[in-house]
Amino acid sequence: MATEPDQMAAHSASQEIPMTMNSAIPEGPMAEKWTRHKMASKLINPKNKRKYKVIVVGSGLAGGSAAASLSELGYQVECFCYQDSPRRAHSIAAQGGINAAKNYQNDGDSVHRLFYDTVKGGDFRSREANVHRLAEVSVDIIDQCVAQGVPFAREYGGLLANRSFGGAQVSRTFYARGQTGQQLLLGAYSALCKEIEHGNVTMHPRTEMLDLVVVDGQAKGIICRNLKTGAITRHAADAVCLATGGYGNVFFLSTNAMGCNVMAAFRAHRRGALFSNPCYTQIHPTCIPRSGDYQSKLTLMSESLRNDGRVWVPKNKEDSQKAPGDIPEEDRDYYLERKYPSFGNLAPRDISSRAAKEVCDEGRGVGPEVGGVRQGVYLDFAEAINQFGQATIEERYGNLFEMYQRITGESPYELPMRIYPAVHYTMGGLWVDYNLMSNLPGLHVLGEANFSDHGANRLGASALMQGLADGYFVAPATLPNYLATQKPGSVTTDHAAFEEAEKAVTERLEKLLSIQGDRSVDSFHREVGLLCWDNCGMERTKEGLEDALAKIPKIREEFWSNVRVPKSGVSSFNPELEKAGRVADFIDFAELMCIDALHREESCGGHFRAEHQYTEEDQKDGLGEVGEAKRNDENFAYVAGWEHTGDPSHPRLHKENLEFEEVKLAVRSYK
Amino acid sequence: MVSIKGQPNLLHLTLKIWRQDGPDDKGHFVDIDAPGIPTSASFLEMLDIINERLIGEGKDPVAFDHDCREGICGMCSLVINGVAHGPEKATTTCQLHMRSFKDGDTIHIEPFRAKAFPVIKDLAVDRSAFDSIIRGGGYISVRTGAAPEANNTPIPKPVADAAFDAAACIGCGACVAACKNASAMLFVAAKAGQLNSLPQGQAERTARSLGMVQAMDKAGFGNCTNQYECEAACPKEIDRSWITRLNRSYTAAFARKSLL
Repeated sequence: MATEPDQMAAHSASQEIPMTMNSAIPEGPMAEKWTRHKMASKLINPKNKRKYKVIVVGSGLAGGSAAASLSELGYQVECFCYQDSPRRAHSIAAQGGINAAKNYQNDGDSVHRLFYDTVKGGDFRSREANVHRLAEVSVDIIDQCVAQGVPFAREYGGLLANRSFGGAQVSRTFYARGQTGQQLLLGAYSALCKEIEHGNVTMHPRTEMLDLVVVDGQAKGIICRNLKTGAITRHAADAVCLATGGYGNVFFLSTNAMGCNVMAAFRAHRRGALFSNPCYTQIHPTCIPRSGDYQSKLTLMSESLRNDGRVWVPKNKEDSQKAPGDIPEEDRDYYLERKYPSFGNLAPRDISSRAAKEVCDEGRGVGPEVGGVRQGVYLDFAEAINQFGQATIEERYGNLFEMYQRITGESPYELPMRIYPAVHYTMGGLWVDYNLMSNLPGLHVLGEANFSDHGANRLGASALMQGLADGYFVAPATLPNYLATQKPGSVTTDHAAFEEAEKAVTERLEKLLSIQGDRSVDSFHREVGLLCWDNCGMERTKEGLEDALAKIPKIREEFWSNVRVPKSGVSSFNPELEKAGRVADFIDFAELMCIDALHREESCGGHFRAEHQYTEEDQKDGLGEVGEAKRNDENFAYVAGWEHTGDPSHPRLHKENLEFEEVKLAVRSYK
Repeated sequence: MVSIKGQPNLLHLTLKIWRQDGPDDKGHFVDIDAPGIPTSASFLEMLDIINERLIGEGKDPVAFDHDCREGICGMCSLVINGVAHGPEKATTTCQLHMRSFKDGDTIHIEPFRAKAFPVIKDLAVDRSAFDSIIRGGGYISVRTGAAPEANNTPIPKPVADAAFDAAACIGCGACVAACKNASAMLFVAAKAGQLNSLPQGQAERTARSLGMVQAMDKAGFGNCTNQYECEAACPKEIDRSWITRLNRSYTAAFARKSLL
């Protein structure tokens, strides 16, 4: 069978790694765990800190803030990113905002309420202790960012402004117009630049991690490729932090940047790190619908638009082709307001997405037909413009409206926006304990790349919060717990493990270049992506997942025997070669995601299995509303941790049982 | 593949694309015949289509920089028909759509050209010189954890809004590509201006103004001669008045430093 050359070699290294999922949650009451843990954590004295080196892969909100903060503490840091500058990491594209339990609005917010909302929003599949810590440090993040000069929106009195966001009934979201991610990232980037200049950070832009180096069962370095020159380099350290983002691009079309990929996390997985809950993917309800086969990515329209926009489709199929202005009020179905009266247009993302799919599948969608279905619903600002005036709406969403018009050629001031769900964020990721360390000692995982805080569904404005929490506050406090057990600088790049890993990396690249088949890398990416979207997207079934699992090995086989990577740049700038390595991992990862989705016989958050939804009978019994996600707490209240066995079709399942002390497990209702 | 009902409008274009093997290669334009380009595709999707065809023919695809494709990361570049980021005002190349062109058009596609932005290959250039400018002082030195309560320092809304206008810069380098002197003045002025106008940024105002300008000079960017081509090319519409403010800050900082 045509497959990757180092398949078995990589696995042999993982034999000594503990495959246990000990969450290491501190003792004590929920609200005191983090404080107690910090007190109980090991410290390294300032003179010794400078002897330790930490590798940080990724320079987004989590990686950038971690690299800067660790350097400020005195550690030597080497930071890597594939972009040409750390400022371009995809955190930059986050639009809406960042949550924090400041309660500046006096509307009853608190750390406990943010904690509760996040656990409930995650459909009771996240680890309570981590979420509580996230809510606690949220307030410090805002202080930190303001001090860095992040220009958050302000009220006329000069104090910080807030807005409300999906899945919450309080206004706790801080924002910088529609570019909050950009401003927060530039804040972290400026701190990083300060540390590159005056501190202990060595920055490696246009450098991609191609493998993790494991020495005696511990993460001690990485193998990289300099994307400009093609040179393969070795980097040793006392600990490795991955902050490499999510895997949304497995679907090919997503709101992620073109370069976002799962390679670093997946390489670590192949070296022994457990991959958790890959089936938890978030489909964002408000993206611009696709317009053709050549489509390379989808563009998000911030969820904040749902504060003022009303979502509707025609009541009657026959009206789908009409111009929106020709459909009278009484013939419009404001389906979110109808189905979820208390949250209305602000219903959480998974619920809003499925509701959109449902009305489009009924034939009531709007816009161009894609695959025989009109995949679009209206997001209408007419009423808000009438009520507040165009100037106010422009102030709130001007840049988003412009972006929409640039892409579609239509003005949302005159015509309602057309939106449709798209893959946006991935809640699954490498398994980590309370210290953000994976089962592979020394390997820490931060931000979207880990699985920890969002459960099966992430609430709006929580990704930025988690990335910065992990990077600014959590990792700097927990990393010493591992480092203190290590003798600094004990492993160098001449160790046999580096030799072996570099050889595997080089062989893989040479194999990719040697195939010279008939198909482009993108064609494989599109094929596996569409397969995932159809069978492991907004709605999953046993049948569909089994179908996908039958097809993926064939795609893999064809990839490794028929892909064409231009040979021009063996050891030089070669973007097609970069893509080829990423797509090879996406194919294997797609299989893992579908295996996880098939094994999870329940619906929860972003994982909706059509077989598991409330029936009319359940509704009569008061258990839940017809068509809503039906969890199975008895059998599935656990975190799945998949071990790579050497055969990507047969990973081994491990479990971390989730215990809920503070929040009562309940049906997640937003009625 | 999914079928899309209703044929999109298709363009037949002639592309004149800059090909350059590496920083030391001289480089040259190559003509590419480009039929069947949908008007609803973005400019970079048009290049994807071209590359897919080149790969199919066994040829080397055109290298170009891109990432977020939603106009915010600043990774895309390109000089299109002589204009950085192409013909649409306040629009990055990735947000430019083919409906801005007509059937039969000839389109010249070049890299951002500047001494400080060496070509890596074809249309991809190295803009790490911008990072060196930020390292020269484009930050506020606040250690993680040392920040005071956020609402302790009220900032008047107009001040905060103006700081945001400057902060909107995406660091793409169009200002440099558009300038006949390849000056980075608008970029430097935007970042320095954001921080210099906020109360948090006052402590380091002098050092920042001097440090960033020095870093800019050191990186090989040209001098500003107030032509404001930068402002016209800026996809985020950063205002030229930031340059005036930077000049004022720099002069004051220079004088203050001389007195010390």
